[in-house]
Amino acid sequence: MDTRATDQAPAAAILAKGDDRGGAATPLLAVSGLTKHFPIARGTVVRAVDGIDFEVRKGETLGIVGESGCGKSTTARLVMHLIAQDAGELLFDGELVDGQALPLKAYRRQAQMVFQDSYASLNPRMTIEASVAFGPQVHGLSRDDAIARARALLGKVGLEPARFAGRYPHELSGGQRQRVNIARALALNPRLVILDEAVSALDKSVEAQVLNLLLDLRQEFDLTYVFISHDLNVVRFMSDRVMVMYLGEIVEIGPVEALYARPKHPYTRALLAAMPSMDPDRRTEEAPLAGDPPNPINPPAGCRFHPRCPFAEALCATKPPALRDSEGAGHKAACHMAQPGSGHSRAPVAPETVA
Amino acid sequence: MTVPLVRIEDLRVVFKGAPNVHAVNGVSLDLAPGEVLGILGESGSGKSVTLKTLLRLLPERRSEITGRIEVDGRDIMTLGKTELAAYRGGVASMIFQDPALAFDPVYTIGAQISETVMQHASVSRAEADRRALDLLERVRIPSPERRLKAYPHELSGGMRQRAMIALALAGNPKLLLADEPTTALDATVQIQILLLIRQLQRDLGMGVIFVTHDIGVAVEICDRIAIMYAGQIVETGTVRELIRDARHPYTRGLLAANLHGAIKGERLDAIPGAPPALHTAPTCCPFAPRCSEAMDACLQTRVTDVQLGKGRRVRCLKAVPEHAVP
Repeated sequence: MDTRATDQAPAAAILAKGDDRGGAATPLLAVSGLTKHFPIARGTVVRAVDGIDFEVRKGETLGIVGESGCGKSTTARLVMHLIAQDAGELLFDGELVDGQALPLKAYRRQAQMVFQDSYASLNPRMTIEASVAFGPQVHGLSRDDAIARARALLGKVGLEPARFAGRYPHELSGGQRQRVNIARALALNPRLVILDEAVSALDKSVEAQVLNLLLDLRQEFDLTYVFISHDLNVVRFMSDRVMVMYLGEIVEIGPVEALYARPKHPYTRALLAAMPSMDPDRRTEEAPLAGDPPNPINPPAGCRFHPRCPFAEALCATKPPALRDSEGAGHKAACHMAQPGSGHSRAPVAPETVA
Repeated sequence: MTVPLVRIEDLRVVFKGAPNVHAVNGVSLDLAPGEVLGILGESGSGKSVTLKTLLRLLPERRSEITGRIEVDGRDIMTLGKTELAAYRGGVASMIFQDPALAFDPVYTIGAQISETVMQHASVSRAEADRRALDLLERVRIPSPERRLKAYPHELSGGMRQRAMIALALAGNPKLLLADEPTTALDATVQIQILLLIRQLQRDLGMGVIFVTHDIGVAVEICDRIAIMYAGQIVETGTVRELIRDARHPYTRGLLAANLHGAIKGERLDAIPGAPPALHTAPTCCPFAPRCSEAMDACLQTRVTDVQLGKGRRVRCLKAVPEHAVP
């Protein structure tokens, strides 16, 4: 008990939220030229993420959507430095991640991740309290302080510590385990939390509870989220801005309501049209796209979407469109049709919205 | 009234073990010929178990099944071994979530479909092969001649799902049972498969029971929906009735959880808690512990169906029956 005063100071320092170094205008995360090619047999590679640039602003939630193989999970893992990028760099609040000012260990205190599989994410031989306390201990907190921190966080995520702290992962339901994973992600008081399909494996009624929890925590801990999901309804509900990926590239990024109401890229339009309608009088009559998404081993030349695009022209097969904002509203699309003077017959002459 | 294609009366399924699991607790439903019924529920609600019972796929020794099931006028609980083999695939057929598991990996797609055709019709090999090709064309697989010779692993996910549907249709069934067939698919492929099932159902006049946890999918494909919770059907009605005028608090909670009418960034009206473990059969309303409108009576009395109209039932003490309906 005498040592409490001396323990308290370092504990507070370790758990202190990282300073806002760059100011409000600096993005919390700036990604440029991020690339990851996974080698497979005989010199071929899977171009999982192929030179993407995007920013995550302070306090916002950026949604990432796309179908399997589009690179959304690889992007999350690259951002977390769980796998090394082949090219590109990450700036966290203006500082180079894994550079002099921000070594990896310090970065990982500020950026955390929650995965889809709640069971595989937890060590089955550790109580959930020990799992949540593990990170803070690695970063120098005493065991007692770390356990106290873990119990407080379990309370925050709706798992009453007196009942749950000593349980093992197999003694919890999927929704409860995901709450533990969220508590663990918050244990070091991070600024950025990446949620990679974190609610996708849950039943709908439980998913709604966890979404509510994420909304509450964002407010309370002043968090910035990257929210990855294949469920466009959930992404719309959670996100401020949305990024759409296709075959390792960003095809469109913009404010959520603008992107859902006026998608600029034909792939985004198809993805939105493929959502089951909730109106029995307006059922979908025609599939917006034929066939399966192609695999990213040999992506098509030019615009990667052109073989499936109903508006493709000769230009699209040869020249890859740049991700560009033609109106200055922060709504960018990588499509020749959205870019004035691109040479596509549907491209606007003057800078104006494509219908 | 026409004779129903499927009639289930008071179906109960208990899986014996330590502890027992009361998976289905008194399900009754009818399916008219050519009708598409959706069974909607979360994991553990008994929707897949109900579906599997219709093909007698549950392990006989470990499950205790009571109640009555008639399909196409026949009591399927009493079918013998050979009758059952003819019934499966010939009268009722099933498609699953994972087509990779429905095919044998060491035989070609064509061989497996032809084999099933010959199983249900006395035709020559050549005729069976011709029908297999027809079936692949029916499910709109591009270059079907080539795909007949392909092994299951050589097809993409959406293509394999189409091939499995072709396999299920090989015996000309009157009833198609679909167990979350689009859950594992990407959004743009899911809608293609839903439209295909809808088209085939219309062309062939099959009855379909479609199990899903996704309300949106059910709205796209079903005429009627039955909502399951804790092994019981808590609400039944047409798609329109359920979407526009849900009466059971659980149905309303599910709609809210699907962000039906949710306001961006505002807390959702989420159902608290989790479904019951079902180690004993429910004696009162199983949803009452999670229900915001529960009264004392909900925890004390057995709840029976309230008829709201033709084919419209709700199992809730608070539901008020419609007056004018006979």
